[in-house]
Amino acid sequence: MHFPFELLANAAVSGLLLGGFYAAVTVGVAISFGMLDIVNIAHPAFIILGSYITYIVNSTLGVDPLVASVIMAPAFFLLGAAIYQVYYLAFEKRGQESLRGLAFFFGLLFITEVALILVFGVDYRYVTAPYAGPSLHLGFLILPLRMLVPCAVSLVLLLGLQLFLARSFAGRAILAVSQDPVALRLMGVSPSRIKRFAFGLSLATAGVAGTLLIIIQPVEPSVGRDYIGRVFAICVLGGMGSLPGALVAAMLLGLVESVTSTFYGPSWSPAIAFGVLLVTLAVRPAGLMGR
Amino acid sequence: MGNGTFVLAAAVAGAAVFGLSLLIHNEYFFFAGYVVLQYIVLATAWNILGGYTGYVNFGTAAFFAMGAYSSVVLYKLVSLPLPVLMVVGGAISGIVGFGTGYLTLRLRGVYFAIATLALAVVVQTLIVNWDFVGGARGAYIMRPAQVPLFGNYIQYLFLVMLVLAVVALVTARTIERSRLGYGFSAIRDDELAAEAFGVPTLRLKLLATTLSGALMGMAGAPLPYYVTYLDPASGFNLAYAVNSIAMPLIGGTTTWVGPLIGAVLLGTIQQVATVTISSAANLLIVGLLLVGFVIVAPNGIVGLFEQHWRARRA
Repeated sequence: MHFPFELLANAAVSGLLLGGFYAAVTVGVAISFGMLDIVNIAHPAFIILGSYITYIVNSTLGVDPLVASVIMAPAFFLLGAAIYQVYYLAFEKRGQESLRGLAFFFGLLFITEVALILVFGVDYRYVTAPYAGPSLHLGFLILPLRMLVPCAVSLVLLLGLQLFLARSFAGRAILAVSQDPVALRLMGVSPSRIKRFAFGLSLATAGVAGTLLIIIQPVEPSVGRDYIGRVFAICVLGGMGSLPGALVAAMLLGLVESVTSTFYGPSWSPAIAFGVLLVTLAVRPAGLMGR
Repeated sequence: MGNGTFVLAAAVAGAAVFGLSLLIHNEYFFFAGYVVLQYIVLATAWNILGGYTGYVNFGTAAFFAMGAYSSVVLYKLVSLPLPVLMVVGGAISGIVGFGTGYLTLRLRGVYFAIATLALAVVVQTLIVNWDFVGGARGAYIMRPAQVPLFGNYIQYLFLVMLVLAVVALVTARTIERSRLGYGFSAIRDDELAAEAFGVPTLRLKLLATTLSGALMGMAGAPLPYYVTYLDPASGFNLAYAVNSIAMPLIGGTTTWVGPLIGAVLLGTIQQVATVTISSAANLLIVGLLLVGFVIVAPNGIVGLFEQHWRARRA
């Protein structure tokens, strides 16, 4: 097969932009799954919920999607805290998180998706924003703003979270929970309170990622399913709970997906994440930057 | 009840169901009954891995659809009787189950769950891109005009699925009461301790995955003949995954009765709701019931009954 250089370069750049966005999609799971040990497989469904709320706010009030996202994030934080409370009381406290906790999140994923289908139908929805149409041209490189803006927002989000985790007291408490919850309890700190806060944070990022998703592409309720494989592949490849790892892994997956879909057709791209996941699990389960 | 007696009882019960069904002349009964029976097989298959060993499989749709699509492939190549198709479909899904298990079961349990979730997406991608089986457009299947002894093809499909349901239930119950079953529950309760006591955990887990996958594939193999038009969206419907998890969890996961109760109950409700309300709404009901039951009644309907009896005895 012939690979023209300009096409390859464009595919690579748009893959990196896509990867930047994948990082925002994954960061919530890196927190919940990687740090808190809560296997929230409903995360992509909440991202789609975020997309739809952005769509409603944008189409009825005409508010810019990113502004809508900032308003929405606290609501998602509260939703996350509430979900964790139910999860903690019903499963974690009784030590039943492995089977029933997974089924619980699977049920949430399913309910969210079906409810969205019942309310909005399966039509694709999109948002209007000044950066939805135009592109930047650098030589032969084409950078669509609808990819560039989400990637930039995502990088800011990741940087912010990384600084928060490394520098602030609450952030360090979250890291402490992920490292040794038993020791934390011996210090007189309640792990469940910190986990509730962190899980809320993780869902808030799902809201933001939902906004970014609907800026990039039109959304319908079942789009979330494609992200389940991606999110966990990135999370495992990056190394559980490592934000820099997640960013690198997201960029890598975006790059591979974009190049494959440019040269072999987009219908193959969902399979790539799974391949990456299986190879990682088989070869290096600790991931790129795992401890 | 010994195993032999149970096999006999199950066979008699199966024959009784079929005998009674012959009195019904409404074809819709067989269409609806087939779906309920199919769910009995799927729920029981899921429970052999999920309920007995505690490993969650989200990829029922993948195993089920692989069985269905293996029938499509064989249909295009040679003409084979349905039971043979089921054996082939079961073998293929069993092998894929073994492979997925081999790669992920040595790690923590959640990795297996996530891998099965992604497996559904990948197998669907492969089928969508495979033109021989119709790709995204789907494939048409012509049913044989006549089946010996049966006037009606749907009746034949009903009987085939009934036999498979009996086989699945007998398998599950036999496992439950064997050394294998004790090994499985040891894994579920404390895998590390089981390993320390010399239970060959990896081998048992792989056995459960293979068996469970194979039964799902066998349940899927007759599907093309049931629907006569199969496309990836219907073969990989998320409803299969949700139902096969919801049914055992609602019925109760520790015994073979649980999935049976769950499948008959939820399967019938859904058949009624699809006709009277809408198919999206009935899936919402299943989702809500699943979440409600795992929070409120962790051991399902069987668990509620056991609690009730214990309370009365005390």
